[in-house]
This record gives sequence, structure tokens and C-alpha cells, in this order.
Amino acid sequence: MNRAILLAAASGIALTGAAQAADTITAVSWGGAYTKSQVEAYHKPWMAKTGNKIISEDYNGGLAQIKAQVEAGNVTWDIVDVELSDAIRGCDEGLLEEIDHSALPDAPDGTPATEDFISLALHDCAVANIVWSTIYAYDGSQYNAFERPRSMADFFNTKKFPGKRGLRKSPKANLEMALVSDGVAAADVYDVLSTDEGVDRAFAILDSIKDDVVWWEAGAQPPQLLADGEVKMTTAYNGRIFNAMASEGKPFEIVWDGQVFDVDLWVIPKGAPNKKAALDFLAFSTDTQRLADQAAWISYGPARLSSSALVGSYNSDPDLKMGPHMPTAPANFGNAIANGFEFWADNQDELNERFNAWLAS
Amino acid sequence: MTDTSSQVDSSGLLLAADGTPLKRKLRQALSVNRRRAFLLVAPLLLFIFASFALPIAVFLWQGFHNDTYESRMPASSAVLSDWDGSSEPTEEMAAALVADLIVSRKAKTIGKVATRVNVEQSGTRSLFTKTARRAAKMEAPFLPALINVDKDWGDLETWQAMKIAATSFTPAYFAAAIDKKYNADGSFTDQEETRQIYVWLFVKTFLVSAGVMAICVLLGFPVAYLIAHLPARQANLLIILVLLPFWTSLLVRTTAWIAMLQGEGVINDGLDYMINNDIAAFLGPALLGISNAFLGLVGIAAEILNILLAVINFVIYLAWLVIAGAVELFELAFEKDLSPSEYWVTGYDKPAPYVPYLGDVQKVEEVGYDRLSLIYNMTGTVIAMTHILLPFMILPIYSVMKAIPPSHVRAAKSLGATNWTAFWRVYFPATIPGIGAGGLLVFILAIGYYITPALVGGSDGQLISNFIAYHMEKSLNYSLAAALGGILLVSVLILYWLYDRIVGIDNMKLG
Repeated sequence: MNRAILLAAASGIALTGAAQAADTITAVSWGGAYTKSQVEAYHKPWMAKTGNKIISEDYNGGLAQIKAQVEAGNVTWDIVDVELSDAIRGCDEGLLEEIDHSALPDAPDGTPATEDFISLALHDCAVANIVWSTIYAYDGSQYNAFERPRSMADFFNTKKFPGKRGLRKSPKANLEMALVSDGVAAADVYDVLSTDEGVDRAFAILDSIKDDVVWWEAGAQPPQLLADGEVKMTTAYNGRIFNAMASEGKPFEIVWDGQVFDVDLWVIPKGAPNKKAALDFLAFSTDTQRLADQAAWISYGPARLSSSALVGSYNSDPDLKMGPHMPTAPANFGNAIANGFEFWADNQDELNERFNAWLAS
Repeated sequence: MTDTSSQVDSSGLLLAADGTPLKRKLRQALSVNRRRAFLLVAPLLLFIFASFALPIAVFLWQGFHNDTYESRMPASSAVLSDWDGSSEPTEEMAAALVADLIVSRKAKTIGKVATRVNVEQSGTRSLFTKTARRAAKMEAPFLPALINVDKDWGDLETWQAMKIAATSFTPAYFAAAIDKKYNADGSFTDQEETRQIYVWLFVKTFLVSAGVMAICVLLGFPVAYLIAHLPARQANLLIILVLLPFWTSLLVRTTAWIAMLQGEGVINDGLDYMINNDIAAFLGPALLGISNAFLGLVGIAAEILNILLAVINFVIYLAWLVIAGAVELFELAFEKDLSPSEYWVTGYDKPAPYVPYLGDVQKVEEVGYDRLSLIYNMTGTVIAMTHILLPFMILPIYSVMKAIPPSHVRAAKSLGATNWTAFWRVYFPATIPGIGAGGLLVFILAIGYYITPALVGGSDGQLISNFIAYHMEKSLNYSLAAALGGILLVSVLILYWLYDRIVGIDNMKLG
């Protein structure tokens, strides 16, 4: 009798072991070309290697769904791609699992992971996979070779370059770009924004083009707005514009002046149903090779230093080298602003309120 | 012969067969029935209570009760509530705070506390997380130790923000929902001007709802009249034309409007084509004429429109669109100091004498962006909401009209009333219950409208619901969302009460 129970228990363990080998995790990301790059570079190889399955879901960023799931005790997401400020806030509020950095694989030359990742990339609850940036782009076919927008100031100058502008419906990045267009050096942007006069100044600049702005929310919108001719120029995530250029042959041009760069990170919601498999996927997808592979699908820079050397050319076009299209390429990085996640964690409540009031007025 | 059913006891009460008073017997019999009826509806009541009333109550509760701070920082909460909010912070307050910070950091709840205080005072978020990291190593006296970490701890404002956050039962959120600020000393002041938004949003939401309701009455009444007075076959066809969009997904209809109205959309491309081919001067007024004629014809010549049955819905919407477009053009024209007719006739005519404006047009055509802005603004919100809510107006009015006996109008006419008098004095008053029902439906639905303004409202076409959603989804300030929702709910209830007082809810007919 006892033996039978033992046997049953043992086979139970064996069964859960077997079930472990065929886990299904839900990975949530931003959709469109970006999710596709992750599916090609991370999901497919991991599924082939482990036999597990990944269900890919899209969202538009923010902590709302994670918070709702964790607080309701009904977590369905296993791993989520979030922005830096959300990763920090989510970790502080206890919404995210802590991640042991020693579980991350070393670089091929033996450099430990903690030294291989770029400075913004590792946090208590999050591991970065890409460096991306908010830039502005225009449709090259709309301008002749001599009168093209070249600087951030041109974006905010609707006299010199008439036409609608696309902007993300959020103060983030917009305030920074507005100040850069007004001559503030990239390095001083957050110092200026920390003063009331600086905020007033940034809003005054936004106000000067308000009537010409088309607001977007999802990352897939700006390339569409440009392609439809709804706007002449738009801010966008650089990878989205690149993909419209590379895979759809759109004549878009990116202006890198005053780009606001940031990282996207993997986080695991607290109480994720398949935490173990999610951790395994996280470690796999952020190894040197995988991060380099992803760069073949979209122009976001890998978050590991050792990946840079392995970045090659676009997946469907061996002649299209990815290096020069990365936000971190030296030619593009001249006047770049690092997203001030601490500034935004502190001030987003007030600035969002002011931004909303300004929008509605 | 014994009559058992009408025995009378000594006190004169009627008794039943078994000797109990008849009244009580009757009550027993009825109460069994009542209990059975109650048991039958109990599952529904329970379901409504658990899935509707309770969640709403729990959510609204958050509007004036938020214990994020008090539950996690008990020691400093107690000290802060004793503090008067204006004297210098004391060592006792600092010591309690440091003790709380240590516990809260261990429990990983410091982020929630910091977020709560940050709502009251921007910039305190990093102050809390930073200080909590070092709290374990602090030694008395604690106040200088705190100021040593960050000079903000010496600011009275920081402690005042904490005092507000530490009060669980607070009017702060309802104050914020009407652009007021609740201060640590219990007073209310106006929110900074650049951050005031909600009062105007409430007003705007009510204005838009009333406007949409009015447009729905104007557009829906003639259609309902037409349907109610046609032979059954044609009427059924028309009813289907009204219901078809009603059955279509709201998202599909809203997205269809995007395709119609956007800068490169059907309407703008059509207008552009007309302008480029010099037919605007002819077709524009013609379309306006048709739509005006249609609205004017309604009372007298419904039969003539039989031929147009299949396209009637389309014509109405098109007419409405042209009106909206014309309004937009009027505005444009006024900006250029041109009268509307001049605008139509000379504005796009090549040999027009108005030179400066022609130059503008040419420049505009080169750049190609100055098309009508019909979407991603208030115009888009109103157009799409009107279209989506129109069936809610047409159907109640139609069902009321259907029940009005045609003999009433005939009687009025036979007594010498003109067509107009018969319509206005006899027919129209009888339709008021339908207009009231449709109006109330449309108004209350419009007040809570969310998806349509979110999709086509751009920046100035957003309504209060969009900001409730914003606080639920983006800023995660559930308490403020609850306060905004509470105000909206109460104002709808007040309106409903007013409606009941003025029109009478019994007068409402839904069909």
C-alpha cells in the first residue's frame, strides 16, 4: 500500500518533470516589427532548443496590466518587455520578481554578464535586451536635396518646414526634444527641466506647434502616419522607421540630432505562472548571440558589449549593414540624450497632469 | 348550515376556518407567494449585487479612502496626524519616519509609499527610495541625519505632503477632481493654473453630450416620422437600414469614420477633387441644397422620397457631413475675412480677383496639408458619436409615433387646423415621451462615452471618461479615477432626478 503511494508520488514527480520540459510561457511585447524581431531571434531558437512553447502577446507599455494581474492574484503573463522607468517603479512597488544576475550567461570570451551589459541594463528586477531611441523622421520624397530638415530645431520650426507633425501623446521625450530644439545641450536637458522655468520653456515650444500636431500612441502608428501623408515629420521609435525603410522600401529619413535613447528590459511579474521557464527564456534571450541576432531584424542596439562585434546585416539584404543604423553608432550618437528615468519617476505625475491639461485646453 | 369562512371572534375580527384572524391568514398566504417570487429573482439580485453594485461601491470607496501610507508606515502616520502641519518638523517625527522606512524597505513596500507621497508633492519619490536605502544605518538625532541625506527633508512641504498622504480618509482626491488642492492644515486652495483640467472637462463632457443629443433629435425625428408613416414594406426596409449600423461593432463604425474623415480620407479627397476640377462652386451649394430640402420636406412630402429609400440613410449621413464640412469652411472663410459665398464662388475659382487669398490656396495646394480637419478633434468626436447614438434616438421616437392614431391629426385638420398647426399642436406633443426617452438614453450614454473619443478625439476631443481611463491605465492613480467616476455618477443621478421632476419618468416610452 505504502509502496503504491510512493510509486504514485514518484511517477507524479516524473510527470511534472516531463511537463516542465513542455512548458508554455506568455511573452508580452510591443507588437509589430519589434515583436517580430524577438520572435525570430529569441522565441524560435528557444522553442527549438527546449521544446517549450511561447505565446506572444502585444501591449502598449505601462504597468497597468501587470499591476492589475498581480494585485488580483491572477497573473497570466510570464515575461514582459517594459521601459526603464516602468521597470524601476514596478520593482519598487513589489510588482516584479527579482532576478539573480549570476544566472545570466557570460560573454563568449568569459567576461561575466555583470560587466558585459551596458551601464543602464541590469536592475534588481529587470534585464535589458535592447537600446532604442526616440528620433524624428520625415518622408524624403517630400523634400528636395537642399532643403531638408537636419536638426531638432527644424522639427519645431513650422515656418521653415510647414506641415503636420506627429508626436507621442506623452510628455516623455517631447519635453527633452523641445529644449534641445531651443539650444539646450543634451547633457543639460534634465537640469533645465528640473526648474519651473525650464518646464515652462519646454511647454512654450510645444505650444508653438500645437495646432499642427497629430498625436500617436502605439509604436506602429508613426510610420503609418508618414506613409499616409498625414504628417510631414514625426517622432518615432528608430527601429520602426528603419523597418519601414528596409522591408517596405519607404523613402523615410531619420534625423538623429537630439535623439532620446533608452533601454527595453525583460521583467517577470510577481507570481508569474511559469517563472522557472520564464527565467530560462530570459537568460537565453539575453545571451551574446541572441542579442546580436535580433539586430538583424530591427535597428535596435544590443544591450551587451560583446554582441556589437557579431552584429551583421539585415536579414533579407546582406548588403544592408546594420551598424550605421544603430542609435549607438558614433555618427548618430553626437547629441544624444539618455532617458532620465529618475527624473521621470519623480516628476511624471505632475508633468503628465500638466501635459494633459495643456492638451485639453 | 355552518359558514366556516366568516366566523367572528369576541373582538369582532373575521376568523378563518382554523380560527386564526382572516387578516393574518391572508398575509400568510401572500407572504408565501412573495417569498417564492423573491426566491425566483434572488439569483439575479445576487448576481447584480456581486458583479455590479459591490464592485462599484468598493471602487468608489477608494475615492475618499486610501491607506497606502497609513497601513505601511504606522508609526509616522500616528505622529504626523498629531502634528499641526505648520510648525517645524520635530525629532519625534523624524525618528518615527526612519523606523518606518527600515521596515518598509525590508517589506519591499517603499515604492508604493513613495508613489503615494509623490502624488502630493512631485520629486518625493526618489527622496523616499533613496532615504530608505540608507535608513538602516542612521543614528539619532534623526532629523539632521535625514537632512544630511537630502536637504528636502528640511522643507516643510515634504512633511506636509506626508501628512496628507498619511490621512487615510481624505477629501484630497475629490478636491483634485474639481481642480482644488487639499492642504495639510485642512484648507482648500485652487490647483495651479497650468494643471487645472477637470472642471472644464466635466463641463465639456456635458456640453458635448447635450449637443449630440440635440443633433440626434434633429436628425432622428424626421427619420422616425418617415418610417412611421410609410407602408410596411418600405418602412421595414428603412428600419433595417437604421438597425444595420446599430448591430455593427462600435469599433468598426468608429474606424470607418477614420477612413472617411481623415486628412487623406474619402471626404477630403472628394473635396480636393471638386476643387481641382472647379466643380466645388456648383456641387457644394447643390449638396447643401439637397440636404436642406430633405430636412424641410419631412413634414409634407414623405411619399415623394419613396424613390430614395435604398439610399436614404446614406443621404442623411452625407448631408450631415456636408453640414459639418460647411461649418468648417465657414470658419476658414471667416479667418480669411471672406463671406461664405465668396469663399465658395471665388475662393477656388482661378480668375478670382481676391489675390492674397488665391496665393494662400496655391501655397496650400503645393504643400497639400491644409485640408479640412474633420477628425482627431472635437468635430470628429461629435460626428462619430452622433452616428453611433442615432439609433437610440430613432427607435424610441418611432415606436411612440407608431402608436399615435392617425385619426387625431385628421380630426385636427377637419376642425380647421392647417398642416403646421395639426402637426405642432396635436402630433408633436404626443411624440414627447419618445423624444424624452431617446434624449435621456443618448445623453446618458454620451456622458460615459470612451472608445470613440479615444480613437477619433485627438487632443481636444477627449472627454472625462478618457481621463478616468487614463488614471486607471497609465498613472495608476485609482483613487483619483474613483473620485472622478463618483462625481460623474452623482451628476448623472441628479440629472435623472431632475428629468423625473420635470418630465416624469413614467412619461418615458422605450417601445
